[in-house]
Amino acid sequence: MSQGPDPESLSFQDLILTLQRYWGAKGCALLQPYDMEMGAGTFHPATVLRALGSDPWRAAYVQPCRRPTDGRYGENPNRLGAYYQFQVVLKPSPDDLQDLYLGSLIEIGIDPLKHDIRFVEDDWESPTLGAWGLGWEVWCDGMEVTQFTYFQQVGGFECKPVTGELTYGLERLAMYIQGVDNVFDLKFNDAGVTYGDVFLENEREMSAWNFEVANTEALFDLFRKAAAECENCLAAKLPIPAYEQAIKASHLFNTLQARGVISVAERQAYIGRVRDLAKAACGAWLERSA
Amino acid sequence: MADFLLELLSEEIPARMQAKARNDLARLFTECTGAAGLKTGAVDVHSTPRRLVLIARDVAEATEASREELKGPRASAPPQALEGFLRKTGLSQDQLEERDGVYFAAIERPGRPGAEVLAETIRRIVADFPWPKSMRWGSGTMRWVRPLHSIVAMLGEEIVPVEINGIVSGAATVGHRFHHPGPITVGGASDYLEKLRACHVIVDQDERERLVADGAAKAAADAGLTLLEDQGLVVENAGLTEWPLPLVGRFDAEFLDVPREVIVLTMRTNQKYFACTGADGLLAPAFLCIANVDANDGGEAIAEGNARVLAARLSDARFFWEQDLKIPLESQAKKLDGIVFHEKLGTVADKVQRVAKLARWLVERGIVATDADDVERAARLAKADLVTGMVGEFPELQGVIGGYLAEAQGEPRAVADAIRDHYGTPGEPVAAAVALADKLDTICAFFAVDEKPTGSKDPFAIRRAAIASIELIVANGLRLNLTDAVRGSLANLAGQRADSAVAHRLDRTAPEVLDFFADRLKVQQREAGVRHDLIDAVFGLGEDDLVRLLARVEALQRFVGTEDGTNLLTAYKRAANILKKEGWTGPQVLSSEAEQGIPQTGEEDPLVLVDDPILGEAIAEIASGHAGAELPEERALVAALDAAEPKAAAAVDAEDFTGAMAALASLRKPIDDFFDHVTVNDADSVKRERRLNLLLRFREAVNRVADFSKIES
Repeated sequence: MSQGPDPESLSFQDLILTLQRYWGAKGCALLQPYDMEMGAGTFHPATVLRALGSDPWRAAYVQPCRRPTDGRYGENPNRLGAYYQFQVVLKPSPDDLQDLYLGSLIEIGIDPLKHDIRFVEDDWESPTLGAWGLGWEVWCDGMEVTQFTYFQQVGGFECKPVTGELTYGLERLAMYIQGVDNVFDLKFNDAGVTYGDVFLENEREMSAWNFEVANTEALFDLFRKAAAECENCLAAKLPIPAYEQAIKASHLFNTLQARGVISVAERQAYIGRVRDLAKAACGAWLERSA
Repeated sequence: MADFLLELLSEEIPARMQAKARNDLARLFTECTGAAGLKTGAVDVHSTPRRLVLIARDVAEATEASREELKGPRASAPPQALEGFLRKTGLSQDQLEERDGVYFAAIERPGRPGAEVLAETIRRIVADFPWPKSMRWGSGTMRWVRPLHSIVAMLGEEIVPVEINGIVSGAATVGHRFHHPGPITVGGASDYLEKLRACHVIVDQDERERLVADGAAKAAADAGLTLLEDQGLVVENAGLTEWPLPLVGRFDAEFLDVPREVIVLTMRTNQKYFACTGADGLLAPAFLCIANVDANDGGEAIAEGNARVLAARLSDARFFWEQDLKIPLESQAKKLDGIVFHEKLGTVADKVQRVAKLARWLVERGIVATDADDVERAARLAKADLVTGMVGEFPELQGVIGGYLAEAQGEPRAVADAIRDHYGTPGEPVAAAVALADKLDTICAFFAVDEKPTGSKDPFAIRRAAIASIELIVANGLRLNLTDAVRGSLANLAGQRADSAVAHRLDRTAPEVLDFFADRLKVQQREAGVRHDLIDAVFGLGEDDLVRLLARVEALQRFVGTEDGTNLLTAYKRAANILKKEGWTGPQVLSSEAEQGIPQTGEEDPLVLVDDPILGEAIAEIASGHAGAELPEERALVAALDAAEPKAAAAVDAEDFTGAMAALASLRKPIDDFFDHVTVNDADSVKRERRLNLLLRFREAVNRVADFSKIES
């Protein structure tokens, strides 16, 4: 029952451009993706580190996310091992954050009197970042299109003031707007390029690497090295490089998990290790900016 | 008197928290106004996803003025005492009254305006509200479940002024988020509900629940379907909407290949949709979702959008289902050795091994009458679905998925059913054997490694497993000696872990498990009105066949409720007290002989001597009370015991516990007469000992039916 994209709708790239323009006009610094592998846009230092301390901050950016275990060799119409999030952070969270957010939906063509927009409880927690917050997943006609969170803690530290975080799942949102059932059918631009043209082969090869090929011994070794380098940076009082190494360790852990070489019992220990690194980097960042 | 309106408008409150929040709101309001002495009439509370609302009728204009007199020091007391009293009351000496040489202070408390008390009440409600989880936002320090935006507080038509962290109370609120986003001004409690309704907000949750339930049923019926009722979903959807509108959507009938439970669960948990059945009673390829907006296209886009989301979820589910079907459960079961059951208890494969052995034992011992091979096979496959993709996605479908896969892969019906049902308390024999073995193993294994439930902590749900085991045994009439089963289960574990401490602790663990079962049995039977002391009275005899135990307890409970029973219990306690006071433990054959001087420690077993053929006869004669009984009441009691003991014993053997109680009842008159006419503590030591022996015989006779010492009078 697959159907082609709605010709009137925004292409994938126009969706990004529209969100950028919208949030740029609301005072957000439009940043570029962080040039490291990570599992979610939250890991970007523009979210994690900037959520700490008292300085106001507003930023928006696209972040490529890698979730090796979610890869399906490009065979599942809804699951990807690598995808894009559009991330908005506003600190302190403004009183009209919900209205600002709803304004962005209208901007990308979702009429709230035609569609059913709902805020459904979903508390957010990142065990590897020692972070949690309360909020919702935002539903549009039953589909989760955004994670909406008020950060309460990051790196084990209280967030004062509170950062409001909006994470749009770009592929899902685009599939919804364009009316397609298969992510690879998304129109990437208005010149005939599809999402599949750009990424299908990536999904195939990266799934094969993540699930079958990756040299686990080398990955374990890299994990240890990243952890050690993080400690090294902490000793040198360099929180940003320390945090980068924590991001690296976190992604290596995700990759090792996709290869199925981390047992249930070990899993908690690895998560704890990454959390300790992230917390220490956050602590160092706070200390330096204090 | 006027009506009071309070509306706390916030960002979306989780649906699951709203019912408790309403109760807490009413409670805090009543507590605060009550403590301040402000009288109010009926209090109604309502909630929507964005509002908590309280309406109190007939609020008094002010609290009543009060006058209280405090007694102070004597006029003759040292000046410091008077100074202290003045400080405490805030009065001067000339305001005090002196009566009979003692100072008194009159404290006047003027009435406080209602609005003032209400403002204070609102502040306390916001500060003390017990949300399960609360948060901060922006730069503030205030906490609420989600950001709090405005407070409407009105007494009659007047605003009750209050300011909390920059939020100033007023008369303005907002309507439906999309239909009426602008401010609306309410006149007070009198027009609040109707004004909101005009702005697409139904404030009362009960009304929304009715709209959801009735609307969904009607929408389904209009589409030729029958709604699968689900009260939990009704409440949740009412908690997610201010203006609920049911919409029917369809999904591709191809997805109906996936097990029904999976489809219903996907719709329910992930999407909050109701499922429907068709005219044939089978699951229909349709769903009901509850929208929160009266859409300008009649809901077409919403229904279509939801259908697409569901299709994506179902195609995911079908993918897992098709993958799982390809792999025999037997192969899946082999992977269980990679899943840790508990760090001290090995893998799930280890557990399966133990359960299979115990389940087979239950059949071979004749406890469960069914085919031992079926039972063992079911036990070996029971946990295999834990490694399937489907259970990975829907952990709550463990068992159900295994049952479907077993059926699809050609396992016998009874085996497939047992896999499906073994987490519960099934009645089919194969399933019951696996279920009981699984639960007993869980209980015994965790006890063996000292992971017992303590206080409110029971992370492995061991109490629930024990209650379920009891239900299985009782409901299926399974006749087993629990001690044997527990020891067998512990031995299985010890056998797997030869080098561990488990084996050494086996003897200590078994009684712990049995005591735990006794406790659980008491808890479980309390609901059925069975007295815990009576369970102790029968358990105390070493009775561990729960079916027999409960029959015995039931007969006992009936008996102690009769006049005979009550009197016999009184006589028993009296006999036991005398024996205890005298330290009497049994016939003293040597008391009149030369060895009389040998000190008794009180721990001798009088019957040890019975092994001596000559002494044995003498002791038996003495213990029976026959020897030398002179008074008619003594003789009558001896005769009654002679008659009752074999009757009671035979009845117990035949499991005729009512008969056993009847035999005891025959002792009531003789023992009462005995106490009325016979002096136990006779000066003649021979008589005294003889009578003590008779009481001892009586006590033991009763104890063989139930340990009456454990019964509370």
